[in-house]
Amino acid sequence: MAFLDYAPAPESTSILSLREDYRLWIGGEWVTGGGEPFASVSPSTERQIATFAYADEGDVDAAVRAARAAFRDTWGPMSGRDRGKFLFRIARILQERARELAVAESLDNGKPIRETRDADIPLVAQWFFHCAGWADKLDHLGLGAAPQPHGVAAQVIPWNFPLLMLAWKVAPALAAGNTVVLKPAETTPLTAMLFAEVCEQAGLPAGVVNLVTGDGATGAALVRHPDVDKVAFTGSTAVGREIAKALAGTSKKLTLELGGKGANIVFDDAPLDQAIEGIVDGIFFNQGQVCCAGSRLLVQENVHDAVMDRLKERMATLRVGDPLDKNTDVGAINSSEQLERITRLVDRGVAEGGEAWSPACELPQEGYWFAPTVITGVEASSTIAREEIFGPVLSVLTFRTPDEAIAKANNTPYGLSAGIWSDKGSRVLAIADKLRAGVVWTNTFNKFDPASPFGGYKESGYGREGGVQGMQAYLKAGER
Amino acid sequence: MTTTTKTTTRLDVPKTYKLFIGGGFPRSESGRVTEVRDGEGRFVANVAKASRKDAREAVRAARKAQPGWAGATAYNRGQVLYRVAEVLEGRKAQFVDELQRTEGLSAARARAQVEEAIDLWVWHAGWTDKIAQVAGSANPVAGPYFNISVPEPTGVVAIVAPQSQGLLGLTSVVAPALVMGNAVVVVPAASSPLVAISLAEVLATSDLPGGVVNVLTGDPAELAPWLASHADVNALDLTGAGDLDWVALEVAAADTLKRVIRPEPGIAPETPQRILALTETKTVWHTKSRM
Amino acid sequence: MTSTSAALAPAERAVQLLGSDLSEVALRQHLEGLPAVDAVGLEARAARFGTRSIKTTSKAQALDLAIRMIDLTTLQGADTRGKVRSLVAKALVPDASDPSTPRPAAVCVYGDMVGHAVEALGPAWSAGKDDGINVAAVATAFPAGRASIEVKLQDTRDAVAAGADEIDMVIDRGAFLEGNYGKVFDEIVLTKEACRRADGSYAHLKVILETGELFTYDNVRRASWLSILAGGDFIKTSTGKVQPAATLPVTLLMLQVVRDWERLTGERIGVKPAGGISTAKDAIKHLVAVAETCGEAWLDPKLYRFGASSLLNDVLLQRQKLTTGRYSGPDYVTID
Repeated sequence: MAFLDYAPAPESTSILSLREDYRLWIGGEWVTGGGEPFASVSPSTERQIATFAYADEGDVDAAVRAARAAFRDTWGPMSGRDRGKFLFRIARILQERARELAVAESLDNGKPIRETRDADIPLVAQWFFHCAGWADKLDHLGLGAAPQPHGVAAQVIPWNFPLLMLAWKVAPALAAGNTVVLKPAETTPLTAMLFAEVCEQAGLPAGVVNLVTGDGATGAALVRHPDVDKVAFTGSTAVGREIAKALAGTSKKLTLELGGKGANIVFDDAPLDQAIEGIVDGIFFNQGQVCCAGSRLLVQENVHDAVMDRLKERMATLRVGDPLDKNTDVGAINSSEQLERITRLVDRGVAEGGEAWSPACELPQEGYWFAPTVITGVEASSTIAREEIFGPVLSVLTFRTPDEAIAKANNTPYGLSAGIWSDKGSRVLAIADKLRAGVVWTNTFNKFDPASPFGGYKESGYGREGGVQGMQAYLKAGER
Repeated sequence: MTTTTKTTTRLDVPKTYKLFIGGGFPRSESGRVTEVRDGEGRFVANVAKASRKDAREAVRAARKAQPGWAGATAYNRGQVLYRVAEVLEGRKAQFVDELQRTEGLSAARARAQVEEAIDLWVWHAGWTDKIAQVAGSANPVAGPYFNISVPEPTGVVAIVAPQSQGLLGLTSVVAPALVMGNAVVVVPAASSPLVAISLAEVLATSDLPGGVVNVLTGDPAELAPWLASHADVNALDLTGAGDLDWVALEVAAADTLKRVIRPEPGIAPETPQRILALTETKTVWHTKSRM
Repeated sequence: MTSTSAALAPAERAVQLLGSDLSEVALRQHLEGLPAVDAVGLEARAARFGTRSIKTTSKAQALDLAIRMIDLTTLQGADTRGKVRSLVAKALVPDASDPSTPRPAAVCVYGDMVGHAVEALGPAWSAGKDDGINVAAVATAFPAGRASIEVKLQDTRDAVAAGADEIDMVIDRGAFLEGNYGKVFDEIVLTKEACRRADGSYAHLKVILETGELFTYDNVRRASWLSILAGGDFIKTSTGKVQPAATLPVTLLMLQVVRDWERLTGERIGVKPAGGISTAKDAIKHLVAVAETCGEAWLDPKLYRFGASSLLNDVLLQRQKLTTGRYSGPDYVTID
């Protein structure tokens, strides 16, 4: 056996003690849903993990009522200091149960344990810890004295970072004094259920957090519920658009974190080896199922070949396979629907003249898999340079001058993220100024932090999550 | 030059009130005008009535001008906005006169409105080089990274201006959009077109680059839907659209996820929030190491 | 993989690569034109190697490989014939309880101890052959290298004459930091020539950069490239006398240099981290870095070495654990 094959090093699932079926968590109780329960399968094996209750409109209404009651009776009147203490408790329990959560997340989502263990779950705990400290300092957020929470927040999150997106939504909402009803994604409800257990362990008052599992209809019912004051959604631009329309004319506050087609710009003076790592992190992190992925590589023409050679060599060392193997770099695609979409778009890209390349890798028989892929010869007009693929597929374009790089980077209806690789500080800063993207990583990529605002321009949505700006989204200015 | 006839009163030279697009003053491509009469029913002017194609041209001009305006230094933008106040001050009498004629105000009330508007320009002029410090942040991320967030202009902003207090209302929505470097297409109050175009003349002589502000006099109900649905508009300010079917406008704006400021209560004027509502927070990470 | 350039004298080959005369200016432009290094990204990548989980068969393979890559080293002012004999004995029989234990690649000593090492090795001495244990000698006024060139060259010639198979020289860090790249280059070329044996063959030349005294990663990249240009067979991180020594990021960077050099010339240069690698866990991280950066071809004592002393026993303890299934203890491995 070649050394690089590495013997299997599976993370044990014995740390999990899952139930066979999970119910809705409303008002601090586990309640049966009105609809047909549905199953979540592990994308790497297609085996069922558990069944989950389906929340219908009545359940959503019950959850909103529970949140309203908690806002009125317990959480709303509570001091910021005590709210903060609850959140600190939650952060600590999340750290204590980190390994269990990491395993559950990998199992349910298909992403590698290395990522859930080293990125997702640590960030989840950090997010609660960060926001906890804001709870008694809201006067200093720049909204004047005594800013007020909106009330009940309806939150709908995607499947790509299930627990992390929950943290991005729940932690600031609670710190600001809102109560929440959150709907996890249909294909990844598991860690939200474990989060309910965390809330129970923390002694969080009933109804402060309510979790309703279901599908798109559940989410639609939630965001349209008349007694919801604030809606926060992360997901596709198409759904975000529908929500924005549904909320038009209402007094509901809305923040949206939607799709992207991030440009990762590599100049000829870039620290090349690190740029290669950044390209890899940018598009293969979480199988490329990341809204801020660096899915469009813009490489200066004179280093195109050198970059491609190195990139392909590096891609050949990526290990694709069992998400629970500690050596896996690229795990499973989250669902058969997503796999179908990726396949279709890659086929389209090739049909339009792109040249696709993947390293030799043996994909498992069961489950949903897509080998890391780079497509060269992509033009700005190609479908795969415009549409979000949301998979481990990198489209490569070239440029000649900084102005051309900026023009190509901005030539998209999206505006979430961008990367710049260059050793020249003045150029980096000047280009960062010109990029119409909410997050610009220079000489790095796909870094997240609760102190760092995240969110997009244009059709990538509006509002920011993280930092002062993220907290502001859950508050309104106090009476003047 | 000799005078052959003696007259006791001089014949006025009336102004043609045209649109303001891309720094020029074109007539509406549609050839339409709206007749404006004063409180006593006397003819005042034929004001150009903008069409959807004029709106399209205005958005095009705004898009073209926006990067340059955003790229100007904050100090420079501040001086330009202050210059607007200066020029307005010098033309105060003209605006008082126009407001009296279109809004039926007393001289004192008209003067008060003009002065308030001038002061509001001054207030905004002072914000250009401060808002990023107030709303931006250096973020202490858990890693070896330099990380800052700054507000940046959202791009092209389409505005339906308040329908009362023509000059002050217009100033209260246009000035905050300009602070950080947005470009504006504004439909002024239908009842006060004169001050809107006169303000455009002030802007045109205040070193504001052509196209940064575009003024479309006309029927808000006719123009707003075209602006709300225009894909190259980034934000829609409906402050003055309370009497329109603004929900439909908000729905149209959602097609391209425009930022929308709703009508009353909307966002209070003369607040940093008003300026920030038309900005995007951009966060930049950079690696940090001595090695 | 064959290239004619390997046969060229270093200076000629350097001229060929630089495409101009080998002036100080040309050398500077060449070295400063190398791709920049971003420290944060480099260190993050290095940290990632540590998250690889090397188990069971892979681990057994890695541990044996690590032993075969060790330059078992003693470099003390207090070194005696007895100490050297003891070191050699450990190299010959690393683990008496398990005869299948492989032997290290070389013993590494000061130049004046080479003869004693050769004698102690007896028939196990490789004497330039492929099997057997090499004797490596530090030379060129190791560790500081602050001596005249004549002294440095004589130091080298003495060691080679005494039987050294490998010479670990130090570069003139002072000259490098002054930007006097030509001086560094020339010294390496001259030292290489001093490695020439009477029969025309050469002792292998390992060039120690003393990365802890180069301070920046850009300097490490340039010094690595310069050393290879000048004809070094191996580039080596450190003497073990300066901290920090062989950090994983520095080693990774040097691996990237030899990988790039192979891409350019087809020639494979070795890398030797030395100083601070004392546990099997560290060694395995290095092997992962080697394999994922340069490929499996570099998992060979001819192309990768560990300069170490205490590393051997920790690897042996891990090896015993794999064999017996129980954790072992320091009294179950021998000291040298």
